[in-house]
Amino acid sequence: MAGDPADWNDGGKAERFKALALPHLDAVYTLARYLMRGSAEADDAVQECYLRAFRHFDTFRGGPIKPWLLAILRNVCHGVYASGGRLIYGDSGEAAAPIWREAAETPEQTMLRSQSGDKLRRLLGDLPSEFREVIVLREINELSYRDIATVIEAPIGTVMSRLARAREMLRKAWLAEEGT
Amino acid sequence: MNCDDADVLMHALVDGELDAGHAREVEAHIAGCARCTVKLRDMRDFRAAMVPGALRFKAPAGLRARIEGKLPAAPAAVASRRAVVKGFALGATVSALAASGVLVMVMRTDDERRVLGEMVSAHLRSLQAQHLTDVQSSDQHTVKPWFNGRLDVAPPVIDLTAQGFTLLGGRLDYADAKPVAAIVYRRRVHVINLFCAPAPAAPRRQAKMQSLHGFNVRSWTENGLNLWAISDISPDELTEFGEKFEAALRQ
Repeated sequence: MAGDPADWNDGGKAERFKALALPHLDAVYTLARYLMRGSAEADDAVQECYLRAFRHFDTFRGGPIKPWLLAILRNVCHGVYASGGRLIYGDSGEAAAPIWREAAETPEQTMLRSQSGDKLRRLLGDLPSEFREVIVLREINELSYRDIATVIEAPIGTVMSRLARAREMLRKAWLAEEGT
Repeated sequence: MNCDDADVLMHALVDGELDAGHAREVEAHIAGCARCTVKLRDMRDFRAAMVPGALRFKAPAGLRARIEGKLPAAPAAVASRRAVVKGFALGATVSALAASGVLVMVMRTDDERRVLGEMVSAHLRSLQAQHLTDVQSSDQHTVKPWFNGRLDVAPPVIDLTAQGFTLLGGRLDYADAKPVAAIVYRRRVHVINLFCAPAPAAPRRQAKMQSLHGFNVRSWTENGLNLWAISDISPDELTEFGEKFEAALRQ
């Protein structure tokens, strides 16, 4: 095997994959946390996403790898939902609360929650998943509309209208709390 | 343009996702509509309160290690572990690895130089044959779609006119036995060819400045593309071009 460039390339595949894909781990993990019910489930989904991505690395056609990874993650999350139903995905107002919503709050937690980050995280978690994911992809992971369209497998027009509605819903939820 | 359209399009406007024509239309509507002016302001205020950093999660350190553990290890690591197990084979393995390492290095360097030569030849051809562009336009929105269907990758066509490099157009070229995209710029009277070839699995590579047959070449790898900027302008100016291009690409 030594000296055969084909073998060398194959052996280097994992290294190339790591160099390309691992820098996006936080972005992939962030989407997983917003799509899955708990942090353990998010861990599992991210791990499965990377292994699946590596298996299909030969089919990666170039361009930015982040949307490609996020699309795989989203499919993994869908798959989990289809098989085990552990995913928040597709629900809107189920009884079980997402993990970033504390069930019973201590005064300190209430104080923390009043900080905008925590509050937004919670309000975002309450959005129906198709709106939640476009906010995560655009505002947090900073993808272009085109890349979002790739991830959610929808036309750009859908991305645009969904994002507009999602921001409006989030803003209204925010204002409703300010008022109380 | 009515308010319903503006409700959606103002988001794309804020995100910088509209082309100049649509952006003007939306802005014109908003300027003349009190309702939409308020909506746009509210939305901007709200987005300013939304700090992406506070909404991001950081992957636990153990997760990265777990993923790396499940991916195949680098060939050297695998070989050395095997070698430790079969202690007697250690010497042979090490020398085999060393030999292959040298060979790989020699091949890569040779390969790089050959490709570099091909790119410079393509640059020369484009100047001599009076065939600089297949599609002649200073509008990136005209040049970029032209490549659709001609290459299996969408090359980044970025207008750098404002930064001092005028976009002249695009051309389909052939180098290293593969079709490549050539995006053509002008700096004063000098032509810059920016060649793009898909390299899907190649890791990001820092720019390298080389000189061949009197031309300067800045080559780098980014977003799964191998890029070569070739011109007779000075290395400093070519670096400036490359950096401006990379900065625009990341926006």
